[in-house]
Amino acid sequence: MGNENKYTHVSYLEHQGRFKGIMSWLTSTDHKKIGLMYLYAIVVFFLAAAVLGLLMRIEKMNPGADIMDAQTYNGIFTLHGVIMIFIVVIPGIAAVFGNFFLPIMIGAKDVAFPKLNLFSWYVYITGAILGVLSQFAGDGPPDTGWTFYVPYSADSNTNVIFALTAAFVLGFSSILTGLNFIVTIHRLRAPGMSWFKMPLFPWSLYATAWIQLLATPIVGITLLMVIAERVLHIGFFDPALGGDPLLFQHLFWIYSHPAVYVMILPAMGVVTEIFPTFSQKPVFGYGAIAISSLAIAFVGYFVWGHHMFTTGISYWSRWFFSFLTFIVAVPSAIKVFNWISTMYGGSIDLKPPLLYAISFIFLFLIGGFTGLTLGALATNVHLHDTDFVVAHFHYIIFGGMGFAFFAAMHYWYPKIYGRMYSDKLAYIAWGILFVGFNLLYFPLFIIGIQGMPRRYFDYLPEFHTGQMISSIGAYILFTGLILMIGNLIYHRRRGAVAPSNPWNGVTLEWQIESPPTHENFDEIPVIKHPPYLFKKNDTN
Amino acid sequence: MTNHSGHPHQIDSETGKMGMWLFLFTELFLFGGLFLAYAVLRIQHAEGFHRAAQELDIFIGTLNTVVLLVSSMTVAMSITALQKGNKNLSIGLILITVLLAGVFMVNKYFEWSHKFEHHLWPGSEVYLNLDRTEITFYGLYYMMTGLHALHVFIGAILLIVTVFRIKAGVQHAGHYVLLENSALYWHLVDLIWIFLFPLLYLIT
Ligand code: HEM
Ligand SMILES: [Cu+2]
Repeated sequence: MGNENKYTHVSYLEHQGRFKGIMSWLTSTDHKKIGLMYLYAIVVFFLAAAVLGLLMRIEKMNPGADIMDAQTYNGIFTLHGVIMIFIVVIPGIAAVFGNFFLPIMIGAKDVAFPKLNLFSWYVYITGAILGVLSQFAGDGPPDTGWTFYVPYSADSNTNVIFALTAAFVLGFSSILTGLNFIVTIHRLRAPGMSWFKMPLFPWSLYATAWIQLLATPIVGITLLMVIAERVLHIGFFDPALGGDPLLFQHLFWIYSHPAVYVMILPAMGVVTEIFPTFSQKPVFGYGAIAISSLAIAFVGYFVWGHHMFTTGISYWSRWFFSFLTFIVAVPSAIKVFNWISTMYGGSIDLKPPLLYAISFIFLFLIGGFTGLTLGALATNVHLHDTDFVVAHFHYIIFGGMGFAFFAAMHYWYPKIYGRMYSDKLAYIAWGILFVGFNLLYFPLFIIGIQGMPRRYFDYLPEFHTGQMISSIGAYILFTGLILMIGNLIYHRRRGAVAPSNPWNGVTLEWQIESPPTHENFDEIPVIKHPPYLFKKNDTN
Repeated sequence: MTNHSGHPHQIDSETGKMGMWLFLFTELFLFGGLFLAYAVLRIQHAEGFHRAAQELDIFIGTLNTVVLLVSSMTVAMSITALQKGNKNLSIGLILITVLLAGVFMVNKYFEWSHKFEHHLWPGSEVYLNLDRTEITFYGLYYMMTGLHALHVFIGAILLIVTVFRIKAGVQHAGHYVLLENSALYWHLVDLIWIFLFPLLYLIT
């Protein structure tokens, strides 16, 4: 296929604002362009942090120091964590696909505050750059881990302030995006779209936005307090100055546990769109899925203490946090049952997006069950700070949020670019990714149970086999990633022209042209039906 | 607000106000974290907090409380004035509010520099030789009042921008979201101070 325009309309990609070229992007308040600007930034940072991960795996392939010393290793896992958590997965799906599709799916022409939206992107980029600078400026890469635990983070004479400021600034951007989405959903739904006629991806974004709004300020102030402690020797957390280090952990996890739901809820929203489309069946249990998002967001506030079982908090608080942690599993399980029931008896079309969505469930289940092992008091004490935890959260974050991101990428690609990628390459890349992923992380469960601590750069000989397999998995995973991204980049201009509704979707984004026009809709649609009505068998 | 990307969509005032309210919630939570820290540390160090709090200047604190309360009133009046179409009165009242913000800052300046004269800045030798629990109190004091002062500053800038928007005729009797939002923000600054004042100055 050639490069020339094959469409009969002027798409948002060709729309000219006041400026041309790259400036037309950097000054655009079009939610679709801003979504893509997030996408490109996130992919770049993701690849950078993935390389850091690969470096750590290479180091751990064999016992002893191979390609770096211990201090370098500390710096690398800190930056890996900071980038992956704060720059990649927390904004992740919401900032990219939320920005692009939220207004379209609720029948609006843009978000409520388009300029604020662009501003949030700039704040995001500023924070991201600060995070990377922390590696190079000043006194050496921060070595605290992404959790910045005091008193070490108040004492370490590396570049911790940069990393803290970066996380603070990124949090600000996250708050503004959440605020924008909440107002957008409240005020800009198309006429006739009542709350329970809203598609489920917007529902998940709504629940997420509330967490961003209510939890982020707490970590914001906590990070500021650590900065103040470092610069001014104020004693909030350092016991030598009269502070209380446990206070830091409480404040930190009050945000950071809900933050894992900021990562995972939009991911659940994405697969909830994909299952009905590729089964050509209405989603099973619409109400339960919508409400369970809110339930997860709500209960998620009360479980932070499960990160602190071994810190000496009281018996009853441990009991309580453990109990509540198990409660969170309930709404998550409800969703899994709903997705599987949606597929049941449908005419299933195993296209790449669905394949990614199914692997999402599979990996998320492994991550979830091992999460319960960590949530139970007795087993937690044994597994705390071992590679088991590392495997657990990679299954949840990478296997869950990451694979949902890939699913979203393959699902909405034709809508975003108006072109198709190669299905064949997508299948092959998926296979390599999936095998690599499990080879990389599964052995960590085993050596974790055997006692391999996390955040160590060297290990005893008995862990060699497990570490070796894991490192080989990392290479395979990496190959899969490159192939997947290559496929998408290559077909961005050269792929076959996509029809406006290649998968027979029923939500609003499939009813407009591909790629959408600058204004999304010539005329704002009037909504008369619930969102998932498929023509063939809309009996249930 | 105009929109140069050309979307024909306008923020109506309800939408704008809702955004501001949500933002104010996040501000409350930001300070909420500090209040939480205050509560925890106070329980642990009641003695030292008691001693250190006695060193604060209640007179300046009270004066500043009155100043902020009055400024909240003037900014509220400026909305009514604009609603009635009295542009100049509205601008005048906002300027009085900004002036009061200035008075607040000057008082703060005297208060802090008085502390500094006694070498009581964070990290100084005198400071680090205090009793640990007193260090924590002063830490909270500087952090909370400092962050609050920053908010006073931001609020004042917001109000000045509003004055220019009213002059330019963008904000008027029929459309005054920005004025309302700046006023809301100013009330928040006031509200937070109402909590800080007793916690830091009065409870000894
Ligand atoms: C939903 C997405 C989830 C994400 C992104 C996630 C992420 C994480 C991360 C990053 C850690 C490591 C904390 C550290 O550095 O110490 C962790 C630990 C933990 N997770 Fe999860 N998690 C998720 C879900 C769950 C679920 C569903 C459960 C339980 C039902 C759970 C239970 C735990 C527990 C108990 C720990 C503490 C382990 C320890 O420090 O001993 N998590 N999780
Ligand atoms: Cu948690």
